[in-house]
Amino acid sequence: MADVPDPADSVAAVFREEYGRAVSVVLRTTRDLGLAEEAVQEAFAAAAERWPAEGLPEQPGAWIITTARRRAVDRFRRDAARGEKEAQAALVRTEAEPEPDVFGDDRLKLLFACCHPALSMPARVALALRVLGGLTTAQIASAFLVPEATMGQRISRAKAKIRDAAIPYRVPSATELPERLSGVLAVVYLIYNEGYSAGLGAPAERSGLCAEALRLARTASRLLPEEPEAAGLLALLVLSESRRPARSGAGGSLIPLGSQDRALWVPELIAEGLAIVRRCLQLGRLGPYQLQAAIQAVHSVASSADQTDWGRIVRLYDLLLAAAPSPIVRLNRAVAVAEVEGPGAALVLIDALGLRGYHVYHAVRADLLRRLGRVDEAADEYSEAARLAPSVGERTLLEARRRALGSP
Amino acid sequence: MTQYLVSMYQPDGIVPPPEVLGPIMEKIGAFNEDLQAAGAWVFGNGLLDPSSATVLKLDGGEVLVTDGPYLEGKEHLGGFDILDCPDLDAALVWGRRLAEITGLPIEVRPFAPARG
Repeated sequence: MADVPDPADSVAAVFREEYGRAVSVVLRTTRDLGLAEEAVQEAFAAAAERWPAEGLPEQPGAWIITTARRRAVDRFRRDAARGEKEAQAALVRTEAEPEPDVFGDDRLKLLFACCHPALSMPARVALALRVLGGLTTAQIASAFLVPEATMGQRISRAKAKIRDAAIPYRVPSATELPERLSGVLAVVYLIYNEGYSAGLGAPAERSGLCAEALRLARTASRLLPEEPEAAGLLALLVLSESRRPARSGAGGSLIPLGSQDRALWVPELIAEGLAIVRRCLQLGRLGPYQLQAAIQAVHSVASSADQTDWGRIVRLYDLLLAAAPSPIVRLNRAVAVAEVEGPGAALVLIDALGLRGYHVYHAVRADLLRRLGRVDEAADEYSEAARLAPSVGERTLLEARRRALGSP
Repeated sequence: MTQYLVSMYQPDGIVPPPEVLGPIMEKIGAFNEDLQAAGAWVFGNGLLDPSSATVLKLDGGEVLVTDGPYLEGKEHLGGFDILDCPDLDAALVWGRRLAEITGLPIEVRPFAPARG
């Protein structure tokens, strides 16, 4: 029996994989998010009692959904017997309806409801992690560094708004889809960035956000195979993850792309990311996530920083600027321009951007000044960038660069 | 079905000239006809200027009557519709059209479910 996994681990593993799907399917029965979640949690509690003794059922996800649905109907029955009108109506409805297909998948509908523009961005992020990722309120609270009570309130208000304002569980129509999808992808991207910027030494909940974002991106892109931006975001996240082992140096300092040991990059993730980029570009509908993924792909195929095709990266940034103009994109483009036309040309470009106070602007400016031999000015910019940097890893890197200038 | 209050907020003291207001009112007329044809309209109208409002307030067991409006600000509730829609997205389609016609901020807010 040595090879048999610990049943408690199996329940946890099924939970990670199946929670969101189970909630989305049981929601067809309950029509209320809170009730669906309670039923699914009860089903997992039952699984935790039974599976260790009886072993895993053949289809654990289907078992959870069937059990959860039965619990939800039992509850309607109990409440209806006590004279609750809503439960009586729900009972009549559920008995008339066919049982939901336990292998179905309504996560996409749930994702669009959780990311509805009528909800605030922090509420969308929290809801997506709660009801689709199955994270507890305490985990989400510590991931976003807010008190648990605050996060609990944020989540319950958002659920109440979905119910009271009748936000529909529906994949938007073709005309609404592009705008609504970009709202969904923005939530996933934000979750990833929160985890990414946390860096080493951060609580596990915070860095775990990257894995949650990846899971959501995989779900969205699998369920919307005709939407290249969903695939583009997935490719972007996969390529970023491929560099994780090369990103942190001693003492949790951040190692920038150009100085990373490329032998540490994860080849399986690079191959996956490149394949997705190729596939989504073939659909012929470019968008911001696909272009960002394509830029990362150019880095991924370069055998060293010197071998990078910077001209191609500048051209991709030009396309990105046409699709989604922003000063941050212009700043990143200037970094590529510095490699093609030299740091002087890039300095002129970034000084026109009005990004003072944004730590990356000061870090880029410091690098350009250093390369131009303007050491004193570079030192001041590194100090300013380090002062503004939000994470310890970035601060450590910037301070090290300032010291390496060898100026007072 | 859910009932929604669709409120229109307009800036105080600014009345557009007739050549601007005329086409807007015409479009609002067509909007109201479409609402009724779709069976989504429950009730609604524009309100007169806030200076026409009267306020009642309980003060030490006595109800005081004073000149309104109750809330003073830079904007006021200019009018509202009560809609009956299958979900928020349907209500937002109507609200969006009103925002496009009037250029004013529109608030869509659900009523509490009917009791009993």
